[in-house]
Amino acid sequence: MVLAAERTDVARAKRRLAVIDCDIHPNLENPGVLDKYLSKRWQEYRKGVGGRGFAGSYYPRAFPNAARTDSHPPGGKPPGSDLDFMRQQLLDAYDMDFGVLQPLLGSGGLRNLEWSAAHASAVNEWQIENWLDPEPRLRSGLVVPYEDGDLTVKEIERRGKHPGFVQLMLAIRTSEPLGRRKYWKMYEAAEAYGLPIGIHFGGQGGYPITGAGWPSYYVEDHAGMSTAFQAQVISYITEGVFEQFPGLKVVLIEGGFAWLPVLGWRLDAAWRKLKAEVPHLKRAPSEYLKEHFWVTTQPMEEPPRPEQFLEMLDMGPWMMDRLMFATDYPHWDFDDPFEALPKVKLPDGFEAKVMAENARALYKLPVRAGRA
Amino acid sequence: MVVTLPRSSADRRQTKYPIIDGDIHPTLKSPRALDKYFLTDEWRQYHQSIGGRGFTGTSVPRTYPNAARVDAYPPNGGPAGSDLDFMRLQLLDAWDMEYGILQPLMGAASVRNLEYGAALSSAINEWQIAEWLIPEPRLRSGLVVPYEDGPMSVAEIERRGSYPGFVQLMMAMRTSEPLGRPKYWPIYEAAEARGLPLGIHVGGGGGVPTSGAGWPSYYIEDHTGQSTAFHTQVSSFIFEGIFERFPKLKVVLIEGGFAWVPSLAWRMDAAWSKLRGEVPKLQRKPSEYFAEHFWLTTQPMEEPPVPHQFVQLLEQAPWLQDKLMFATDYPHWDFDAPDACLPDVELPDGFEEKLMVGNARKLYRLPARIERTHA
Amino acid sequence: MTVQPVTPPVARGHNFGQPVIDTDIHCTVPSAQALFPYLSAHWREYISTSAFKGPVDTPYPSGAPTSALDGTRPADGGPPGSSLQLIREQVLDAWSVEIGILNCSYSVDGIAAPDTAAAMASAVNDWLIAEWLDKEPRLRATMLVPTRVPEMAAKEIERVGGHPGIVQVMLPVVAQALYGQRRWWPLFEAIERHNLVASFQFGGASGFPMTSSGWPSHYVEEYVDMAQVFQSQLLSIVSEGLLDKFPTLRLAMIESGWSWLPGFFWRFDKVWKGLRRETPWVKMLPSEYVKERMRFSLQPLDLPRDPVIVQQIFEQLDSDTLLMFSTDYPHWHFDTPEEALPVGLTEAQRARILYDNAASFYGFS
Repeated sequence: MVLAAERTDVARAKRRLAVIDCDIHPNLENPGVLDKYLSKRWQEYRKGVGGRGFAGSYYPRAFPNAARTDSHPPGGKPPGSDLDFMRQQLLDAYDMDFGVLQPLLGSGGLRNLEWSAAHASAVNEWQIENWLDPEPRLRSGLVVPYEDGDLTVKEIERRGKHPGFVQLMLAIRTSEPLGRRKYWKMYEAAEAYGLPIGIHFGGQGGYPITGAGWPSYYVEDHAGMSTAFQAQVISYITEGVFEQFPGLKVVLIEGGFAWLPVLGWRLDAAWRKLKAEVPHLKRAPSEYLKEHFWVTTQPMEEPPRPEQFLEMLDMGPWMMDRLMFATDYPHWDFDDPFEALPKVKLPDGFEAKVMAENARALYKLPVRAGRA
Repeated sequence: MVVTLPRSSADRRQTKYPIIDGDIHPTLKSPRALDKYFLTDEWRQYHQSIGGRGFTGTSVPRTYPNAARVDAYPPNGGPAGSDLDFMRLQLLDAWDMEYGILQPLMGAASVRNLEYGAALSSAINEWQIAEWLIPEPRLRSGLVVPYEDGPMSVAEIERRGSYPGFVQLMMAMRTSEPLGRPKYWPIYEAAEARGLPLGIHVGGGGGVPTSGAGWPSYYIEDHTGQSTAFHTQVSSFIFEGIFERFPKLKVVLIEGGFAWVPSLAWRMDAAWSKLRGEVPKLQRKPSEYFAEHFWLTTQPMEEPPVPHQFVQLLEQAPWLQDKLMFATDYPHWDFDAPDACLPDVELPDGFEEKLMVGNARKLYRLPARIERTHA
Repeated sequence: MTVQPVTPPVARGHNFGQPVIDTDIHCTVPSAQALFPYLSAHWREYISTSAFKGPVDTPYPSGAPTSALDGTRPADGGPPGSSLQLIREQVLDAWSVEIGILNCSYSVDGIAAPDTAAAMASAVNDWLIAEWLDKEPRLRATMLVPTRVPEMAAKEIERVGGHPGIVQVMLPVVAQALYGQRRWWPLFEAIERHNLVASFQFGGASGFPMTSSGWPSHYVEEYVDMAQVFQSQLLSIVSEGLLDKFPTLRLAMIESGWSWLPGFFWRFDKVWKGLRRETPWVKMLPSEYVKERMRFSLQPLDLPRDPVIVQQIFEQLDSDTLLMFSTDYPHWHFDTPEEALPVGLTEAQRARILYDNAASFYGFS
């Protein structure tokens, strides 16, 4: 196991290209940490009835916090909760230009919507104070109570201009498909503030996670998550969200990407026959797909023969401008920046774009001083 | 109670008090009868091609076609409840009703394409006006709204909510979220501003199984279990603080019975007395909001095996006397006849008049047209 | 600022002048580690290294005012309901309880992986036997089963259902399917064969909403709404003919409330007369099935303290045998011991509720 300090030297020596990590998970040291950012009423609420999501919907992760075993900071704090350790193990070790945080604290899945909003605000304040302010390389998603449009708009207005927030933060399993009208107020505000919609693996909307009920195992939940992403992409496009909000961008985080081109073909084929039902669509669905979606790479697609990765890229060449590297630190299925890309000759410019430049363009991040 | 409906205009029934029937179900003469009422060609075409798509797995065959009684089929063909003349003969004239309140059950809000649901709602409202409210001055109705979408419901309320024939909104009871939740608030704001009660009828479907343990097998479970859906909604309206936010809002619960009212009031009060810290919006006990803001229609009339237990019910929740409103549910199989639905016991003073006509006149602000003088 | 109700201290108990059967005492598994003596090495390792630490769902959030009376938390720091000594003091001795039935609301029904659910259910049952039943002769228990797979549930009943201290099976009322439906027959066959009671209990973690209009926002709503799920289950049990298929099966409704029964009876009986064609195996009035084959624990009362209304409800129930005393320890229902019973009961009603109904229903001689 290479020590973190060695890694930094190697990284600096080896790396001619920049790295921007689009999926890092910070964690609370303990649930009480949020109290500092909650009013008295909500502090009492948190300790009383507390967060209530959807009973019977949880699949236990294979590892505590779904974390790799070496990511527990010294001193016993949970993985991802210590900034210094994160610097050491990740930001410095790989000499990253920037990292984008995705706190998975379940704010959007809380059924009491006022509490969902208070929780989201508290998480955002925690992010600012503990991560964004002290570490200039970090950016994050603004957590919002996305099941309520008015409360979401309020949070966007409250903190949407803070330079540390580069997107909104949602989870992929929602109570209705995300293209539906109940979410449009959020898109209107997000578009106005120039904030992409970042949607991460996970979440709960009160429904079984398959169209045939609840599966038994975490592996089904995990591997099946890409179906949730697909349903959302279909909904965004067919509901005409991108006609309503032409400036809106959507980032799909930790959902994989091999399925994207094929989904585009299927949507186009269906639309050719059924377009009368959706007259609000002015263009083929795949065009909206290519224009409005970005995708993070983790978990990297690993076909059994590396050259099949190139075949996949050929099916959707536009992905070269839309894929954005991510490690998913500190999770067990971490993608190492040195190892993640397949060992084949990749197209010119692919590595630079995927490892950093696509994210830099989307999130409007500066070039690091001193970099070629 | 088994009653044969009139088949000729000579067959008239006498009742002690004038009658307002709070629940009559008009139906389309044919599936295509609605087409001409769509406001745009685009939506008419959609209606004729893809049409309504609701939630699958929900179909529970009724025991009778259209859940209708066998003697309610009009002589000229057409489904029960589709012919105004026959409805006059069998119902409005037969009992010399003062008014009848229509409840068209067409599932406009349970279709998943919300814009289509809005277009369908408008078409139903235009059909109601043209074929029922204009020709028959005794009829009133609920304005159908696509209640799963707040802004589009408000648009329909603004479009047609002032038409005098509409005395309430028309909604169905099983929704995609409990009705107290914020997505529905724009509807309540608009309804309160116009003085329109929410008329919530049993049925509907929001894509959720009809019990907290999945889908029942039989219609008897679905039918009997309907009232539990009202419990969910009453709790939700109250605990979400709807009546603090919209203090003039009124809610009518239609066809859900009412024997469950006292025990639900007691249960809500008991829970709130301990858990009220979670819902600080509430300034008063749940049962007080219940008593003030809710009306209920009587069909299917509660039939305790021992008739005086009916009176006990009225004692357990005395406010029911000012809130119960008679209904027949014509033309459904479980029709309550106005002259045969009350138990054979001595009822509290004034209750029968309030039930048959007084409470409804007051709620819906209907001028009295008929005064009975005979006993 | 709103008045926050303060959970009162646990009542000192009451001497009713006669022995009492308490049909609802909640005991709590203090931690997954407490179950280690009853789990195989595989499951111990899984719990130690993965994120799984036992079920995550509970019908009683630990911070909610109703979940635990003040003074029920043991000195060792375990959760309320985890100390045998406190249950002896605060329930069995305090209320002169001759027999107390333990209900453990450990939500194995919320665990999706079937073998995990089965292992945890077995571990809890072995824990109940070793650490409660074997140590305290006044106690009986409700066994857990992995409810999502009826055949596995039947297997667990084969394994421990014969223990003399196990008197019933825990079936959370919020389930993935209504319990009258045919897929459950293997479960009820085993319950009937072992002469156990099937108990439907407050709670359940099915993954599906617990109302027919989705998920309520607040705990207080969910708490109130739970009665509807019991009603749906009763409709199912009767309509599906479960009680004829299993003619000696008995069902107990625990923590369901019961003041809603009269209206429910009138409605179900009336509708059955018109719709019985679809369910020809239902041979008598639905309310008769309930009265004959089912019992209800006393708490929560959901009744005003008005002796006239109390007697009206009793008259409307039209049965002397429906109700069985419960404290529902450590949950908060009543503030003083006097409030544990409805007001204005006759001597005969009191005696039946405090002891006789449960004794004959459970076969306690």
